[in-house]
Amino acid sequence: MLTEEDRKLLKLIEKDCRLTPEALSIQTGLMPEYIAQRVIEWEKEKVIVDYRPLINWDRTGDVSVSALIEVRVLPQRGYGFDKIAKRLQKYPEIKSLFLMSGGYDLALLIEGKSMQDVALFVAEKLAPLEHVQSTATHFVLRCYKQDGVELMGEEETLQRLVVSP
Amino acid sequence: MNRYLAPHVASMPPSGIRKFFDLVATMKDVISLGVGEPDFVTPWTVRESGIFSLEQGQTMYTSNAGLFELRDELAHHLSITLGLSYNPLDEILITAGASEAVDLVMRAVLSPGDVVLVPNPSYVSYGPCATLSGATVHYIPTHAKEDFRLRVEDLTQAYTPKAKLLVLSYPNNPTGAIMSREDLLPIADFVAKHDLLVLADDIYSDLTYDGTHVSFASLPGMHDRTLFVSGFSKSYAMTGWRIGYVAGHKDLIAGLTKIHQYTMLCAPIMGQFAALEALRSASEARDEMVAAYDRRRRLMVHGFRQMGLECFEPLGAFYVFPDISKTNLTSEEFAEQLLKEELVAVVPGTAFGPSGEGHIRCSYAYSTEQLQEALKRIARFVQPRIS
Repeated sequence: MLTEEDRKLLKLIEKDCRLTPEALSIQTGLMPEYIAQRVIEWEKEKVIVDYRPLINWDRTGDVSVSALIEVRVLPQRGYGFDKIAKRLQKYPEIKSLFLMSGGYDLALLIEGKSMQDVALFVAEKLAPLEHVQSTATHFVLRCYKQDGVELMGEEETLQRLVVSP
Repeated sequence: MNRYLAPHVASMPPSGIRKFFDLVATMKDVISLGVGEPDFVTPWTVRESGIFSLEQGQTMYTSNAGLFELRDELAHHLSITLGLSYNPLDEILITAGASEAVDLVMRAVLSPGDVVLVPNPSYVSYGPCATLSGATVHYIPTHAKEDFRLRVEDLTQAYTPKAKLLVLSYPNNPTGAIMSREDLLPIADFVAKHDLLVLADDIYSDLTYDGTHVSFASLPGMHDRTLFVSGFSKSYAMTGWRIGYVAGHKDLIAGLTKIHQYTMLCAPIMGQFAALEALRSASEARDEMVAAYDRRRRLMVHGFRQMGLECFEPLGAFYVFPDISKTNLTSEEFAEQLLKEELVAVVPGTAFGPSGEGHIRCSYAYSTEQLQEALKRIARFVQPRIS
């Protein structure tokens, strides 16, 4: 179980992983040595899985294509959906993979350089896989919000007085 | 045309904050730590609720006391968070911000000749509101070495038989001081012994960083002696909505309501619906804001101490109140020179009364990046003056 202090620490790192143990220490009151040690433990335990920035590629002018793909699969005896999911997660084109409730089984988020790229992946790699029954591909037209960050629209600017009681 | 102004208004000094605001307003590219309001926008669910109320055509007056749903929800909220028990029918009045509630309390209970006891430094409006009621203010100095808490010894010294009302405002603006149950109990004994009434301005009660806030009204025997004032501005980043409230004995609330119905009529209805939503669903957003303030608070205290200045550790509100007397500048000199040389606006401690001398108030309702830049500039200003 996480302590309240550890939960706060993880949330802070999740929001800005550039903060050093010293900077985190000032803001949390925890000792920097404790923070450094805890981070190492979380890395080993794969609680902290990776450190990476959130990039809004739409702003770079680079053209890429994403698609959400609904996949129906036949669950395998003794493995359920895990075996096929483990196989699918090896494909670098698949950025995210979820087991879903409802009308289909797996949801895949795929990235490619073009629509053709994505279509080829679906047609040549995904659909022919054993146990895959059907696929439905939905191309992403625009990303408005990702990982809790609003990517579109004007930032809300505060119109505060410069001095107030 | 000054001759038309009533003498007690004409002689009232303008707010020390206003004077400084006018100076800052003439300058560009200033980093201001002078703002007494959150840097967060009202949580979306609360804003959406206000919008929805307009879509539903909720644009009329409410009852003088405010929407019953809101008072009912508030009574429940105060009960579970602070252990306070108020009847939503006749013991809670919704006001246009906590400021109106403070004004109502003063006007409803004070007569010319009465004395109001106000710990100092303190928020700027208590003195003027008391003066407008014809009362006299006795400021009770509080000190950094006592963590800016009100001591019963100081209260005893300031007491006069004409004293009728004691103002308690903790967590405190500008010091960030809080008062624990142990600190408040002797004050409660004093209040009972001298038959005083207490205006407990608990507007920052949700912004505490060391345990739960203890409300004076929750102490034994203090429920009926306390007019509990609070609002939504600080807890839910709703300053512009102007929704506050006052709770207390029904006879007192009835008196306050008389003034409210003739002057304000009711608090804005849109804000009341938004406040209701805040109570129902914005506690998580509120807690996230409090967590962010807590991190910035530590950053600021650390920053000032690193500069070699003494900085009392605030345990509430969103201000630090460092001691700048080592620089041999008065609070006003410090604030003015810092503004001119480093383009950082802070508020001189004297804007909050004579006990604020030797201190500046810095709000940390800003982003970490802004605070770090401001600390860098203040350090550059302070170093040559204390070495």
